Amino acid sequence: MSEATLDRPMPRRFLGRLTAGVPQPMLIGGAILTVFLVLAIGAPLISPYDPVYQDIAARLAPPSLAHPFGTDNFGRDILARVIWSARVDLQIAVLGVIFPFIIGTATGTIAGYFGGLTDTLFMRVVDVVLAFPFLVLMLAIIAILGPGLASFYIAMGLVGWVSYARLIRAQILVLRQSDFAMAAKSLGFSHWRIMFRHLLPNAMVGSIVFSMSDAVLVLLNGAAISYLGLGVQPPTAEWGIMVADGQAFISIAWWISTFPGLAIVVLAFGFSLLADGLGEKLGVRP
Amino acid sequence: MHRYRFVFYRPLQLLPVLVGISIITFVLVHSIPGDPARILLGTRATPEALANIRAQFGLDEPIWVQYFDFVKNLFHGEMGRSILYKVDVIGLILGRLEPTLVLVFGSVILSLIITIPLATLAAGHRGGAIDHAVRMISTGGLGMPAFWLGIMLIILFSVKLGLFPVSGYGQSVADKLHHMVLPCLTIALSLSAVLTRSLRASLLAEMESDAAMAARARGLPEHIVFRRHVLPNSLIPTLNLLAVNIGWLISGTVVVESVFAIPGMGQLLIRAIFTRDYMVVQGVAMLFALASVLTNFLADILTVVLDPRVTL
Amino acid sequence: MSGAFFEVEDLTVDVATDTGRHVIVDRVSFTLGKGEILGLVGESGSGKTMACRALLKLLPSKRLSIPGGRVRIDGEDVMALPDAGFRTVRGKRIGMIFQNPASHLDPVMRIGEQIAESVRFHHGSSRRAAEARAVELLTQVGIPDPKERSRGFPHEFSGGMRQRAMIALALASDPDILIADEPTTALDVTVQAQILRLLKELRDARGLSIIFITHDLGVVAQLCDRICVLYGGRVCEIGDKRTLLADPRHPYTAGLTGCQPGAGATGSRLKTIPGYPPTIDAMPSGCRFHPRCSNAVDACARLQPPFEDVGQDRRLACHNPVVSELTSVPARGFA
Repeated sequence: MSEATLDRPMPRRFLGRLTAGVPQPMLIGGAILTVFLVLAIGAPLISPYDPVYQDIAARLAPPSLAHPFGTDNFGRDILARVIWSARVDLQIAVLGVIFPFIIGTATGTIAGYFGGLTDTLFMRVVDVVLAFPFLVLMLAIIAILGPGLASFYIAMGLVGWVSYARLIRAQILVLRQSDFAMAAKSLGFSHWRIMFRHLLPNAMVGSIVFSMSDAVLVLLNGAAISYLGLGVQPPTAEWGIMVADGQAFISIAWWISTFPGLAIVVLAFGFSLLADGLGEKLGVRP
Repeated sequence: MHRYRFVFYRPLQLLPVLVGISIITFVLVHSIPGDPARILLGTRATPEALANIRAQFGLDEPIWVQYFDFVKNLFHGEMGRSILYKVDVIGLILGRLEPTLVLVFGSVILSLIITIPLATLAAGHRGGAIDHAVRMISTGGLGMPAFWLGIMLIILFSVKLGLFPVSGYGQSVADKLHHMVLPCLTIALSLSAVLTRSLRASLLAEMESDAAMAARARGLPEHIVFRRHVLPNSLIPTLNLLAVNIGWLISGTVVVESVFAIPGMGQLLIRAIFTRDYMVVQGVAMLFALASVLTNFLADILTVVLDPRVTL
Repeated sequence: MSGAFFEVEDLTVDVATDTGRHVIVDRVSFTLGKGEILGLVGESGSGKTMACRALLKLLPSKRLSIPGGRVRIDGEDVMALPDAGFRTVRGKRIGMIFQNPASHLDPVMRIGEQIAESVRFHHGSSRRAAEARAVELLTQVGIPDPKERSRGFPHEFSGGMRQRAMIALALASDPDILIADEPTTALDVTVQAQILRLLKELRDARGLSIIFITHDLGVVAQLCDRICVLYGGRVCEIGDKRTLLADPRHPYTAGLTGCQPGAGATGSRLKTIPGYPPTIDAMPSGCRFHPRCSNAVDACARLQPPFEDVGQDRRLACHNPVVSELTSVPARGFA
């Protein structure tokens, strides 16, 4: 926050010039995210082992030079599995935010712009969805659709849009009364054009910042649902499943559950810092 | 007592939400692919039995008639029968209520015990090392998966130190509480991450408020100013935040009950999903939604009690 | 009027900003007798509020500090007391009331309880006795139906009643001196007059000494015995109300009295002092008033005028004072 800006500016070289004026949390958050992106994309090159290769001789091996994070009960290398999981979990965090973002932005814009009965109806639906505990409603939807990642995304889209709809609607309600909206209306532009070309770009700042902190919640929910056995299905490597797999062995092999969980913590921390920094930069409190 | 008039009319305002909750849960169960009668009876049912059950449950009726029957049954306390346990859903849920309630209340109390000193420490050392440390811990805590945190606590306190049981619920009151320490701590730690940030911010604002300054000018020592004026004023928004997060708290209990094998409503829900026990899923989801609506209503009442300026 | 039992000498307040340290209260000195009401007058930013906060060592920011000054109560230098000892000065010796009682009262605690809290802390009374005392204090400050009102919360009181409650709260610790920081500025005129009357009554009944901070010379004329005029963190002129208002010697005081509606011939335009008060990071050299002063001479920009006794219980800091119309004290200085 403001404490960081009080620091004496350090001499900057090229990288420094590139990042000048970017809040420190955002830099750290961005760096963390970049590392995970590299891990996810370069998994086949970076990963020391095949994530599904079972080395029966090396079952439940503790962390060592050969296996820095140890191995699981099938002799699979934990580090390799943690790296490959980044692909799945990053995808969960990104897609799990994008679908709700799009649905929520569209409904929020329409509700805020037209107001009246449309608005009332939309907001009642929002109230009802918000009345349900988030995870419980998601689980109920997944119960109907059957376990799996596709069900997770559908459930996410059906439940997660409400926060975005509320944020956008509140902004649109204010912007609708502004001079430039009036001007656009007097020029005879279509509703569609005014809504999405003129109002929406100005209304989106808050929800973009929110989407960063929302990514944390989505990631945690996705991992939790996989942990419960209702999301990503084995043998796909995913951090939540890995934690669940290791739980049976916590008394003899603590590393199986510990490292995948740490990966979640670090990635979530990265998103949180990014959200903090972005909010600070754009003057929005998430 | 006009400030408390809302206690009587607010439930009426909540009516649309309650109707919405019933519609959503009804629609959920009715969007199950396949024949509900077959789902109720299983795959080896005879055609006569299927026809029988359709008539009995009104499955031949138009959808809106079925909905009204569903609501009528709700008012009689009927939520259908569990296929797996062969008992009424409502009775099944009530039997699982206690561990979940203990978990929720225990976590809330524990989270306040953690949050208040931590936020006080951070606010008291604003901008200092302690403040930064608390901020980092709470930012990290926000991203800590409850299921993983629970397992870490088990490894540390149960496996290594042998202080608490690994899982289960226990028989006697003392035994139950002993079993619930780690689950409550798991949720409380996550919850504290959210609450600490908010409480720190409001403590800072209140410590510099005119009212606190005036109290100091009266000669009251800092600890009295803090305890009697700064803290009560700061806790009001934090308690509100706690109520807003009730849905998140309930979600947490669902996961944590699975981690610690606690026979509560959350575990019931998860098991019901795996066994396709749809009536149970419906019942638990609806009851959780009702609980969160009720909690927010109670939080409104609490706010009016604590803050004499608020009128709803 | 008894002799000065409260003496402030060379009280100074510094502020540390990005551009360095600035003196915002510069060696302010004044005295206050028992049962006396002193008006501390100045524009906003003149340092009057900051000086009074400093008297209680209650500066609103960590950037502010008190590098020097003595405050003697009955001869004892309380500024030299350690923090724990100094706390007994707050409330017990010096009480304070504020411009905006709505924000200075705890919104979630009943008025009676706030007063009782102070009574219990300072006198060690029992809960019951403290509550009774709270009702008694509310009666003394003229709150009707005090027993019932003591159970009310601040937001349930009107502005005037809230200020009365604030006064009762300050009195709960039985202070010898009351600092009133623009207590009537936010009130409408009739309520303002009631509060001023109440303060006067309290002075008469309890022998309370009052430092009344204001920018309103009209209020000062009604209430105060003596006046201390501040500009740019320094005292310009201090003296008896009557002589000071009738015969201002400092050009700034003269300007202030000229600014008052009713001053000067009827029908003449309301006079104002040209220019703006200085800001903390751009204090003029020499006499801080010289850029706006019609009497300024060369020395004013270079030398800070000494703060000197000019007779008739008056002190003045000016190189070229306004020529007195009433007395024959010659204008001293470099002109």
